[in-house]
Amino acid sequence: MRNWLRETVNRRHLLWGSLATASGFLIGGAAATGQSSHAERGSAPPYDANGAGHHGAHGHMITVGDVGNARNGFDPTSLLTDWNTGVVSSLPDGRTLRTFEIIGEDKEIEIAPGILFPAWTYNGRVPGPSLRVTEGDRVRIIFQNNGSHRHSIHFHGIHSARMDGIPGAGEIGPGEEFIYEFDALPFGCHLYHCHALPLKRHIHKGMYGAFIIDPDPARHPEQADVARSRLLGTPENREWQEFVMVMNGFDTNFDGENEVYAVNTVAHHYAKHPITVIRGRPVRIYLINVVEFDPINSLHLHGNFFDYYDHGTTLTPTLRTIDTVMQCQAQRGILEFTYRAHETGLYMFHAHQAEFTELGWMGMFDVVEAAA
Amino acid sequence: MNDRAGPETVVASPRPPTVRPGYAFVLWIALPLFLLGLVATWLAVSDPLRAFNNGAPPVERLTFERRILDNTGIHLRVRAGGSEPITIAQVQVDDAYWTFVQDPPGDLARLATAWIHIPFPWTLGEAHEVRVVTKTGTTFDHEIPVAVRTPEAHSSQLVPQAVLGAFVGIVPVAIGLMFYPVLRGVGAQGMSFLLALTIGLLAFLFVDSLEDALELAGEAAVAFQGHVMVVLAAIISFLLLWVIGRRRGTPTGLGLATAIAIGIGLHNLGEGLAIGAAFTAGAAGLGTFLVLGFTLHNITEGVGIAAPLVKEPPPLSAFVWLALLAGAPAILGMWFGSLAYSPQWAALALAVGAGAILQVIVEVGVYLWRLDDRWKSGAVPVSVFGGLVAGLSLMYATAVLVKV
Ligand SMILES: [Cu+2]
Repeated sequence: MRNWLRETVNRRHLLWGSLATASGFLIGGAAATGQSSHAERGSAPPYDANGAGHHGAHGHMITVGDVGNARNGFDPTSLLTDWNTGVVSSLPDGRTLRTFEIIGEDKEIEIAPGILFPAWTYNGRVPGPSLRVTEGDRVRIIFQNNGSHRHSIHFHGIHSARMDGIPGAGEIGPGEEFIYEFDALPFGCHLYHCHALPLKRHIHKGMYGAFIIDPDPARHPEQADVARSRLLGTPENREWQEFVMVMNGFDTNFDGENEVYAVNTVAHHYAKHPITVIRGRPVRIYLINVVEFDPINSLHLHGNFFDYYDHGTTLTPTLRTIDTVMQCQAQRGILEFTYRAHETGLYMFHAHQAEFTELGWMGMFDVVEAAA
Repeated sequence: MNDRAGPETVVASPRPPTVRPGYAFVLWIALPLFLLGLVATWLAVSDPLRAFNNGAPPVERLTFERRILDNTGIHLRVRAGGSEPITIAQVQVDDAYWTFVQDPPGDLARLATAWIHIPFPWTLGEAHEVRVVTKTGTTFDHEIPVAVRTPEAHSSQLVPQAVLGAFVGIVPVAIGLMFYPVLRGVGAQGMSFLLALTIGLLAFLFVDSLEDALELAGEAAVAFQGHVMVVLAAIISFLLLWVIGRRRGTPTGLGLATAIAIGIGLHNLGEGLAIGAAFTAGAAGLGTFLVLGFTLHNITEGVGIAAPLVKEPPPLSAFVWLALLAGAPAILGMWFGSLAYSPQWAALALAVGAGAILQVIVEVGVYLWRLDDRWKSGAVPVSVFGGLVAGLSLMYATAVLVKV
C-alpha cells in the first residue's frame, strides 16, 4: 500500500489531486488534506527568503566559510602574482639559463571551505608554480618525484621528443629525478602538466601550472613597445597589473563530474576576497583552462570588454573588444583591459557556464583609486 | 553381553548434588566477565585491527529523514551512519553551492541527526536536487520530485487529520462489522467460508505489511539494519501476542475478534504513519479516488473481525470497541507521522503489525481447524478453499483500485 503513497508524489498526481481537492469532492473538505488550495498558494509566493538577509553580490548562492590558506600552504590571492623566474645564470654563449626545481608530492588540499581533496601537486600547491621566462632563454627543470605515483612534466612549447614528458620520455617513478631542458619558444601564455597515465586522473588531481614565455623586445623591433610591456621587470611592464588565472575543477566523489569549479583552485575565493585593481592602470590576465571532464570553459567580464591574444603568441590581439572568451581544455590566452573610464567598485568575472559559476568559478575585481 | 550389569559391574552412581556456597556461585559469574574485560582491554590497548588498516578512508553514510519546504527555504533532517563521524562541508541545490546552517553544528557522530537549513528559493511544482558534500568530498543526494509547501505541523491540523484517519481507518471497519447480521444467517459451511476469507485477507495484509516495512527499512539509516530490525520486530510481536492471547487457552469468539482487531489496528497504525509522512512530504494530491479506494480496501477488515463473533454474539458495545481498536490507530499514526516521522519508526510499526497479523492468522486457522471435522478425513473443505481464494482476491481487487 506504500506504493500508492510514492505514486502520489509526482507532478501528475499533484495536479490531479489538486483538481479533486478544488472540486470539493474529497470528504472532509480541502482542510482534511491539510493543504491550502492552489488558488491560495498562487497569491502567496512559496518562498520569500530572498527578501530577507540578502547579503553579498551572490546572495545565498555561495559556499559557507573560508579555506585555511595556512593549512594549504598557499593563498590564491598571492598565486595571482607570484612569478617563479628560476635561478638565473649565463651559458658560455652568453644566453640566459633559468633553472627550476620542482618536486612532485601527494598533498591533501582544501578546495572549498571544509572540502579536502587528496591532490597530487608540483611544489605542494595547485596550480603548480607559475614559471616565467623570456623568449630564447635556456630552461632547465630539475624534477624530483616524491609522490606515490609515476609523474612527468609535459611543457607546452617547442622542444625535442626526449623532453616531452610523456611515458618513455621523461616520465619517472617515485623517488626518481629527471631534468628537462629546452629553449623557451615560442613566446606566449603556455602551461605544463603531468602526462603520466591515466592522463585524466593525473591532470585533475592537480598536476599543472602556468608557463609564461615573455617576448624578447630585441626579436620584435617593429613591436618592441608591446613586447617590453609584456617582459617582466621592464618599466613598461611595471605599469601593468598582471594576474595568472588557471581555471580548474575537482571531482571529489569519482563520478566523472566536478563538484568544485574554481580559478586557482579555491571555490569562490576571489568572490570572498576580491582582487584589488587600480583604476588608472591596465590589467593583463594570463588565462589558462585545465578543467577536466568538461570540454570547454570560459571567462566573462562584467561591465567591461577586453582584447584577447589566443595562446599569447601574437603581439596584436586575435580578438578585439569582447567580453566573453571560450577556451577548450589546455587552451589559453592573454586578456587586456582597463577600468580607466569606470566608477570604482566591485566588478564580477566568472565562467559563463552558469553551472561552473554556481559551483565556485566566480570572482570579483575591486576597482579602487590609486593611493595618493 | 555387556549391556547387562553383571555382579562384577560397578554402576557409577551419580554424584550427590553438592550445595555450593554463595561465593562460588558469584565466582562462576565473575570469572567469565573478568576474562571478557581482559580481552576487551587487550583489544583496545594493542589494537590488533591496526594490521588490517590499509589507509582506506572511513565509509560515510548519510540518510535524509525529513524534509520541510517553507517560505524560508528547504530544511532537511539528516542522520549520519558509517564508521566515523561525518563532517558536512557544503551543500549544493540544483548544482549550485548555497549557504546553509547546520543545527546543531559540528561533526555528526554515528546515528546522530542534524537539521540543515538552506535559504533556497524553491519553485512550486518543480523538481529540485539537494546534494550534501562532506569533508572528504563524498556526496549524498536528496531529490525533491515536486516542490510544494510542507503543511505545517500545527495543532489546527490535528482535527482534519483525525477526520481523514477515521475515514480510512474506523469507517471501513465499522462498515465491515455491519455485515454481522448477514453473517449470522450462514450455516456451518458459510462459517468455514467466512473464517477462511478472514485468513485470506489477513494473509494479504501480512505480506503487504512486511513488504512495506522492508521497503521503509531500506530508506532508514543503514546502521539501524532495517531489514533485520523488521524481521526481529515481527517475530517478537508474534510471540508476545501469542503468549498473551493464549493465557486463557485458544481464543474464540470475542477474544479471537479482539486479537484480529489488534493485529489490523497495528497494521493501520503503520499505514497511518506512512500517510501522515506523505502529507508532511507535501504529497498533497492523495486524492478522492485514492482515499475512497483505500477505504473500500479496509472494509474487508471489518468482515474479518466480525466472523468469529457469529457463533457467540457479544454485546452491541463490543462492536464499537472493536471498530475503534482496529481503526483508531490510523489516526494516531497520522498524527505521529506528520509530527515526527522517520522511516525506521514506520517500518517498526508495520513490522509489529505484520507479526500481530501472523499471530491472528494462526489463531483463526486453529479455530477453523477445530470447527470443521472434515479435516480428519484428510480432505480440504471446498468452503475453506473458496474462502481463502475469495479473501485474497477481494484484497487484491481493492488494492488494484488504489494502485495507480
Ligand atoms: Cu602525474
